[in-house]
Amino acid sequence: MKKCSKENIYKVFNALSSDYSVYVPVKEENRTFYKKYFDGVVLAENFKTDRSAKDFFFPQSEDLMKFKTQGKSIEIIDEREESEDFIIFGVPACDEASLRILDRVFLAEPVDTYYQNKREHGVIITTACSRPEASCFCSTFDIDMARPQGDIRTYKIGDYFYFEGLTDKGNKVLDKVNALLEDVDQGEVEKEIENIQKVKEKLPLKDLSVKDFGADKTQEFFDRKEWAELSNACLGCGTCTFVCPTCQCYDIKDFNTGKGVQRYRCWDSCMYSDFTKMAHGNSRNSQMERFRQRFMHKLVYFPTNNDGVFSCVGCGRCVSKCPISMNIVKVIKTLSKGGENE
Amino acid sequence: MQVNEFKPKIVAFCCNWCSYAGADLAGNNRLNYPADVKIIRVPCSCRVNPTFILRAFQRGADGVILCGCHPGDCHYTSGNYYTRRRMALLFSMLDYLGIERERTRVEWVSAAEGAKFSTTMNEFVETIKNLGENKRLEDLRCKK
Amino acid sequence: MQKITRESLIQKGVELLENGTVDRILGWGKGEFGYDITPTVFYDKESFSKNFEFSSFCGANFSKYLLKETRKGGKILVFIKPCDSYSFNQLLTEHRFDKDKVYVVGISCEGMADVNKIKQKYGEIASVKEDENGITISTLYDGDKTILLDEVLLERCKVCKGKECVYFDEFIGEVKENNPQDRFEKVSALEKMSADERFAFWQNELSRCIRCNACRDVCPACTCEKCVFDNPNSGVENKAISDSFEEKMFHIIRAFHVAGRCTDCGECSRVCPQGIPLHLLNRKFIKDINGFYGEYQAGKEIGSRAPLVNYKKDDLEPSEAVKREEE
Repeated sequence: MKKCSKENIYKVFNALSSDYSVYVPVKEENRTFYKKYFDGVVLAENFKTDRSAKDFFFPQSEDLMKFKTQGKSIEIIDEREESEDFIIFGVPACDEASLRILDRVFLAEPVDTYYQNKREHGVIITTACSRPEASCFCSTFDIDMARPQGDIRTYKIGDYFYFEGLTDKGNKVLDKVNALLEDVDQGEVEKEIENIQKVKEKLPLKDLSVKDFGADKTQEFFDRKEWAELSNACLGCGTCTFVCPTCQCYDIKDFNTGKGVQRYRCWDSCMYSDFTKMAHGNSRNSQMERFRQRFMHKLVYFPTNNDGVFSCVGCGRCVSKCPISMNIVKVIKTLSKGGENE
Repeated sequence: MQVNEFKPKIVAFCCNWCSYAGADLAGNNRLNYPADVKIIRVPCSCRVNPTFILRAFQRGADGVILCGCHPGDCHYTSGNYYTRRRMALLFSMLDYLGIERERTRVEWVSAAEGAKFSTTMNEFVETIKNLGENKRLEDLRCKK
Repeated sequence: MQKITRESLIQKGVELLENGTVDRILGWGKGEFGYDITPTVFYDKESFSKNFEFSSFCGANFSKYLLKETRKGGKILVFIKPCDSYSFNQLLTEHRFDKDKVYVVGISCEGMADVNKIKQKYGEIASVKEDENGITISTLYDGDKTILLDEVLLERCKVCKGKECVYFDEFIGEVKENNPQDRFEKVSALEKMSADERFAFWQNELSRCIRCNACRDVCPACTCEKCVFDNPNSGVENKAISDSFEEKMFHIIRAFHVAGRCTDCGECSRVCPQGIPLHLLNRKFIKDINGFYGEYQAGKEIGSRAPLVNYKKDDLEPSEAVKREEE
């Protein structure tokens, strides 16, 4: 474990900038987002960004390939390029966990090479959350905001950042800036972890439990009458899916550029009426079915196919962003059999 | 001296009942208008909705001009009156978004005004040439 | 005349359920934190009395939900604030639903709070309480705070168009004086900027759009059965923005399509997860319409002819519309 002062952290970023693109959380006009570091960029107070780190690996839209027609022949142009090496600094535990959920989707056979490319070149530096938001409930999914994973784990304690390398990739990065870091003992960090445990106790959603949900519970939840009531106010917009760090559905579309065809993929939302539209029409015709799909996928279908892992990390973005304040927390509470969530 | 090599792309939406015939008349009278103008015939200027204009810009147009019958002379009684309101609001909005106001224009050209058609188009192409390429409402994918 | 409280509304709702005037109620449903209100349909007085909420966080406009609700049988009670009643009237003008299937209780309103403003100012909120003295929030890290509603009003409430409902079957509450700010202030300021500045301003705002469509889906004037942007055959459908052109296209067309029908209810800006000031687009159209064709407030009266489906023989020319800006 190493540490560096809050002033020196910018020297660290500067030093790393020669080998990597370094993205850091900044706050401008009430918005927190990742910005590519250059001299003069100031870190945000709170590192939780409005949109998650998912965007780096699975961007909202991404060109896949191009077709060019000349006479009767079609040329196919592969648009893949080797990604640059980059570092994302200040990722909270929930968002880091979401990447491991996305890995299960994109890195399973057949591997999504577009995603894999960026994942291999990206270094994740996580930061423990000392000031979680009221809508946070990562502990529901056994994510520890005090001990985030990633390539390097950091703590913000007093006037210092504490660094702990967790992977080879992370240690390689730390070696590059070793001269700027001081040695440190573990005690300070243990104290901080304890503090965070105390903060966790204050969170309004700390007791939310998903023990009733999980793999192979489709029959149990699919026909519950509560879905109608829960989904009634849903506008069918895609806010929840687009701010979600684990939502991974996309659509592949062709754009006629006038000179050829640009094939790209873009985020899609199961809340949309034209989601997975096929020749016969739509597979889910009512908003109730679409709404149910989203939450069943997170709480039942995904765990069924992925060793019981839920596809939600409790980051709380959908809780604070939904225009009508309907969210996974209300769904979990309504559909649980009573007991802990009552 | 060659000041400007730039060849603008101009889309002209022309009403079937007036300016489209006006363009014909211009041709019959051997009046010139630049080949940069590509005419799209519409049944009435009122057929043109804002999406048409935006899509023309998306696909690479540098200027869009809409020609219809003089107010009061619409083949369908009142189509061009609606056009006038719509385009007034749309152009004002484009200007509000910082898009050059000279890139869009509405002109009333009747079937008998071949000469007006020709001068209007010459003028408009000249304006767009001076403005240069459309950068603010372009779709980069269409430029590659 | 009485002051509106949660209790008085529950009393009214229960009364109308019991005497058979209505068989269900569309109202604000309780959330987790006190400020996260969900529009909810209540079918019985028990759940209504338990889960109905009325506070300064009930900004949601219910008018659009009536499209769906009036297609069902029976009659529904809906609570409508003065600004919501304009959207209600506008939908009636467009024959979007049957008003005989709705019983409207108009309620007075002193403005609603913007929870995002509170969060930005005071930090994370664990819970909210409200009484005569104002809103008391318990923050997660900073203790309790009492705040004045005036400090945290929703954008649309600062420029309130009127404290009186323009449609109701029954009205409760007291109508206070209305002192709205000038709603076109920001629009005028933008108009005065240079074209380059305006372009930079909108580029910065619109580039954050994630095309979640919340602005469209919440809008009480956006009631097409199938939006062009959802229709693969329209040629303009785009689920996500892959070029900066598309965000401009979407927002120009969205605002244009409701021009003359937009009541300036401000829901689009309220729901935007990226905080884009979409109302500035709508207000530009409203300002232009007022300036070019005479004052017009959509939804003020049922059956009024919207400016874009109307004309005068001596309307101004499009070229004059943009010239005005230079003055």
